[in-house]
Amino acid sequence: MELALASAIGVLAAIGVYLLLRARSFDVILGMTFLSYATNLLIFSAGRLVTGKAPVLKDGVSSDLAHYTDPLPQALVLTAIVIAFAMTAVSIVLAMRSRSDNHSDHVDAHEPDPPTAGKPEAGA
Amino acid sequence: MNHLVILPVLIPLLGAALSLFVEHRRYGPKVQRSVAWASMTALAVSVALLVVQTGEGRITAYLLGDWPARVGVALVADRLAGWMLGTTLLLAIACLLYACTGWDRRAPHFHALFQFQLMGLNGAFLTGDIFNLFVFFEVLLIASYGLLLSGGRGLRLRIGLHYVMFNIAASTLFLIALAMLYATLGSLNMAEISQRIAGLSPAHLKLAKAALGLLLLVFCSKAALLPLYLWLPESYSRAPAAVAALFVIMTKVGLYAVLRVSTLWFGAGAGALAGYGGDWLLWAGLATLLLAGLGALAATRMSVLVAYLVVVSAATLFIAFALGNAGTISAGLYYLPHSTFTAAALFLVVDLIRRRRIRGGQPRDGEQTVLPGKTVPGLLFLVGAVAVAGLPPLAGFLAKAALLSAVPQAHTGVVWAVVLGSSLLVIMGLTRTGIRLFWHVPGDEDDAPEPEPQPAAPARPYETTAACLLLGYVVLMSVFAAPLMRQTDAIATQLLSPEQYLNDVRGTTPQMRQP
Repeated sequence: MELALASAIGVLAAIGVYLLLRARSFDVILGMTFLSYATNLLIFSAGRLVTGKAPVLKDGVSSDLAHYTDPLPQALVLTAIVIAFAMTAVSIVLAMRSRSDNHSDHVDAHEPDPPTAGKPEAGA
Repeated sequence: MNHLVILPVLIPLLGAALSLFVEHRRYGPKVQRSVAWASMTALAVSVALLVVQTGEGRITAYLLGDWPARVGVALVADRLAGWMLGTTLLLAIACLLYACTGWDRRAPHFHALFQFQLMGLNGAFLTGDIFNLFVFFEVLLIASYGLLLSGGRGLRLRIGLHYVMFNIAASTLFLIALAMLYATLGSLNMAEISQRIAGLSPAHLKLAKAALGLLLLVFCSKAALLPLYLWLPESYSRAPAAVAALFVIMTKVGLYAVLRVSTLWFGAGAGALAGYGGDWLLWAGLATLLLAGLGALAATRMSVLVAYLVVVSAATLFIAFALGNAGTISAGLYYLPHSTFTAAALFLVVDLIRRRRIRGGQPRDGEQTVLPGKTVPGLLFLVGAVAVAGLPPLAGFLAKAALLSAVPQAHTGVVWAVVLGSSLLVIMGLTRTGIRLFWHVPGDEDDAPEPEPQPAAPARPYETTAACLLLGYVVLMSVFAAPLMRQTDAIATQLLSPEQYLNDVRGTTPQMRQP
């Protein structure tokens, strides 16, 4: 199970970094999403992998970590998921605004080669 | 339990919520501004009380949800937190004053975002839990995205996309570092980690080093250290003035985190990790300082020049904190509010100049233009330039002198050379800008028609007042240098002997809950 999880994190992170370095804003956002998935899995595994045990206390089971899975990473990962989700939404809105304002979905807001769209004037 | 500690976080939160309620057009700007100022007044009272309380040397831990500190989230108010809160508050008052002259009506949700930004800043300075620090970082960053982009178009959106993406990537790294840290040390409370770091098993040492290195990397990227400062000049110089002025404190949050973590975790008692990263930070800080000085010299727009001055001050602080003895930390802490206020004031002055120039029918870019009504901005620029370059008689000189005199023997040569050399570069850049902006008279060889004498742009008095207020802080810091430096000495002493912090945080027991 460790191998499966570790390779899942690795593959997701690799996809994320590759997409993050591309020049189109949609690819970049997608890459950021993949990277955040990898991070969430990593946080989840920080409490060590345990199968078939509950994170909350139960009556009749002695209260030590041998009988439970660590609840804290599960709480942390929830926070991380929410923040990553919100940030994805923000960056999508931003990329769409930038595309409609600057007529290009390039991250630098203009095409590098023979320009298909004119370089926008300073508007800010 | 002493509830004062949480008020600097709660008041802006309530203020922001209230601002959202009165955003509708029928309330008008007067009500919105009243809410913002009411919240700011309440914040000022609570911060003042907290500064007095921490100034006596007490360390107060506040357990959220009454969980013991090692499992729950604790807020901790010590001298350093009080100092940073005070700086933030004074800066925020001036920024709000400036924004209330008109920007707050052009940018939707300005007041709510401004209050959220304050909440994030205050929370980051108060928290005693490293994951909670991440959360407050996110709060202040998300608010900053809004402040930067609200009311923006075209070019600012492009800059904003870069800024947002860079910061999301940094936040992801932060999370990765936190996950690894929890996996090796089993706690996220800063005091608890400080206790456990010495007894780290050799098998976990490499992993912990990687996690802590990532963590420092994230803080450095927020504070704009060498390879990671490239995002700063563009985004700060394109931000609206009141927002850019507030953003100056954001680089200081990264510096605060570096200082907190390095004194608490990498002190003498940290075993294999004692002094971790110090050398590396020192050299990166020196290189940043040099490059930022060159950047200030090469800047073609004045707002870019000021943005590079922000990097200069951050780099100077990195050097001060990386050297890590009581003298340099104390000098750095005295330099921190000073450089914050000065850079913020210069951002406001840039805006004053820019708008006068537009009013005078002049092109916006390009420096060689005559300015109508230039006496007041000229004087403000002069004071700001003297302060930021570290010339006597203002506080920048005192801080740099204190820093240089406290540099240990081994590093004297290189640190003195770089700090003084970069100051020279900054002075040259500022002098050139000042001459071009304020002294340049269009000669006969200029083809451009002689601009008609313009009446001075109708001054909005509060804008000038805000810039004057910030520079007034700087002057007051110079006048009351002795008591302030005694205070920073006390902060440095408290930071360098973290036993009191550890005992107070670990000794604070829940009031009702039995763990």
